[in-house]
Amino acid sequence: MSTVVALNGVTKEYPGGVRALDGVDLTVGQGELLAIVGPSGSGKSTLLHIVGTLDRPTTGSVAVAGHDIAELSDRKLSALRAQHIGFVFQAFHLVPGISAQDNVAEGLLYSGLPRSERRRLAAAALDRVGLAERTGHRPHELSGGQKQRVAIARALVGEPDLLLADEPTGALDTASGETVMKLLHDLHQDGATIAVITHDTEIAERLPRQVRMRDGQIVADTGSGAL
Amino acid sequence: MSAGTRERPAHGPAHGPALRAARLSLRDVAHVGSAGLRSRPMRVVLSALGIAIGIATMIAVVGISASSKAQLLRQLDALGTNLLVATPGDSMFAGETVKLPKEAVGTVGRIDGVEKAGATGDVDATVRRSEKIPADETAGIAVKAATESLLEVLRGKVATGTWLNEANGRYPAVVLGHVAAQRLGVTTPGQQVWVDNRYFTVVGILDPLPLSPEIERSALVGWSAAQQLLGYDGHPTSVYERSTDATVHDVRKRMAGTINPRSPQDVLVTDPSSALQAKAATEGAFSSLLLGLGGIALLVGGVGVANTMIISVLERRYEIGLRRSLGATRGQIRIQFVTESLMLSGLGGLAGVLLGAAATGVYATSGGLPWVVPLWAVAGGFVSTLLIGTIAGLYPAVRAARLSPTLALHAA
Repeated sequence: MSTVVALNGVTKEYPGGVRALDGVDLTVGQGELLAIVGPSGSGKSTLLHIVGTLDRPTTGSVAVAGHDIAELSDRKLSALRAQHIGFVFQAFHLVPGISAQDNVAEGLLYSGLPRSERRRLAAAALDRVGLAERTGHRPHELSGGQKQRVAIARALVGEPDLLLADEPTGALDTASGETVMKLLHDLHQDGATIAVITHDTEIAERLPRQVRMRDGQIVADTGSGAL
Repeated sequence: MSAGTRERPAHGPAHGPALRAARLSLRDVAHVGSAGLRSRPMRVVLSALGIAIGIATMIAVVGISASSKAQLLRQLDALGTNLLVATPGDSMFAGETVKLPKEAVGTVGRIDGVEKAGATGDVDATVRRSEKIPADETAGIAVKAATESLLEVLRGKVATGTWLNEANGRYPAVVLGHVAAQRLGVTTPGQQVWVDNRYFTVVGILDPLPLSPEIERSALVGWSAAQQLLGYDGHPTSVYERSTDATVHDVRKRMAGTINPRSPQDVLVTDPSSALQAKAATEGAFSSLLLGLGGIALLVGGVGVANTMIISVLERRYEIGLRRSLGATRGQIRIQFVTESLMLSGLGGLAGVLLGAAATGVYATSGGLPWVVPLWAVAGGFVSTLLIGTIAGLYPAVRAARLSPTLALHAA
């Protein structure tokens, strides 16, 4: 099994001396489903930014999908995100006023695929998350759970090597949260590599691997059986 | 092997292909750039309005002066630029007056290319409303002898009554120029005016003659009547000729020599349409003050667009973060906001051109002018809006591109 994420001795300091990450080592293999769990202020959001290549570490090395991000320019880093990483946000961040299908197709906008192909793949991705009959609906016509499933479709439509979900159930009621978590499990069964960032230990415990964080450090890692 | 259900060409994630940011197609750039505008139509209207007013002012200023110029040129075309006038030149010797030969009209008429020639001769007499008005109150009206051919050469028309002919040309009959009739208070033929020492009957009043204002201010008497009744010596003071357009130049060169072969320097040849041509040229030089006002309006409009763009960037931080997380490069974010700014000012420019053209149209129709909006003004207006759009959008776009991509993850 190949490695999707490899963090080595990563620290992140913000101006003013706040040390958000302090010597983090983390390896995520292909096909894993893991939770990065910790209270607010534990550094899990910073870890998400670093793993998602939205931010660079102060020290240490980060490799995502085999690319050492220290060597990459902004353009190449953007391409890395476009081709290898999918994001799911707590607040969904759907574009208002355009259909679910167009929202999902936005996920491929920076991939270089022609528009018709993007729309076709978007319809397939909506089908995959169980919203085949909602392609024409606009965000305000969808429930919270449906919105998050549209956002997940947008994240996976480019077939990323890594899906990063930041508190994906944080804005949902329990039932909707259940459907979203079940969908993530299903995607994992199909082979997707998924990292769920959450403060909710209950959700974390139902995932195969848990990485617990506190004060910028990993305090526990149940590890993946394969590694 | 990957998150989706679709099979992907076999490459392990650890040995991915070289990373290359994809380019957006022009259509995608337009689509992304217009997204912000489509979601806030009212703001688009208001911020484009400034640009629209500026462009409309400039187009209207240029259009109105171009329409006036076109009107003058049209007039000039109707009057013709093939009319020449020969008058006595200044004498080389002080105190000596130069005269044109009596047979000048006939010789000019025989020059190749001359279609018709006519003449007037200054008569030493005054014209008054009645004998009771003192002789020195001439109201600036001259008495001239006129050949029958004169009116045709000038392309003039009689407003009321008749022109001089062989019959009335021998009797005390007078035709008044348009201005002369006004000053004498004569409105209908048949009225009498006091010329020199007797009453003459007004037989006709002429229409305005823009190329010959001196005729407009004259009382015209037949050639033989002038000689018999007013002591006119028969020497013409102005010889008018109309030639074909192609020969005007040649005729002009030969005219003086033909009229007075022995001393052609005593003959002055002028082109009455040249004054009107000069007027047409200055009419084209539109008011730079109004144009400057339009420019200032345009500048203020540009500032408005820049303002709107800065607010747009502030409001859409999450969208920018989202796009960055989806793989947009800094350059693609910049392009998105510059495009938005370009579209905003372009819309203003389009509305401005239409408004300006419409304003010119209203002015032209109400003034009876032809409707002319020069293409260069329209093109110039557009180019300047695009320039302003780029400049106004550049700073907000650079700010947008510099925003940290992590912003999208800080939940709204």
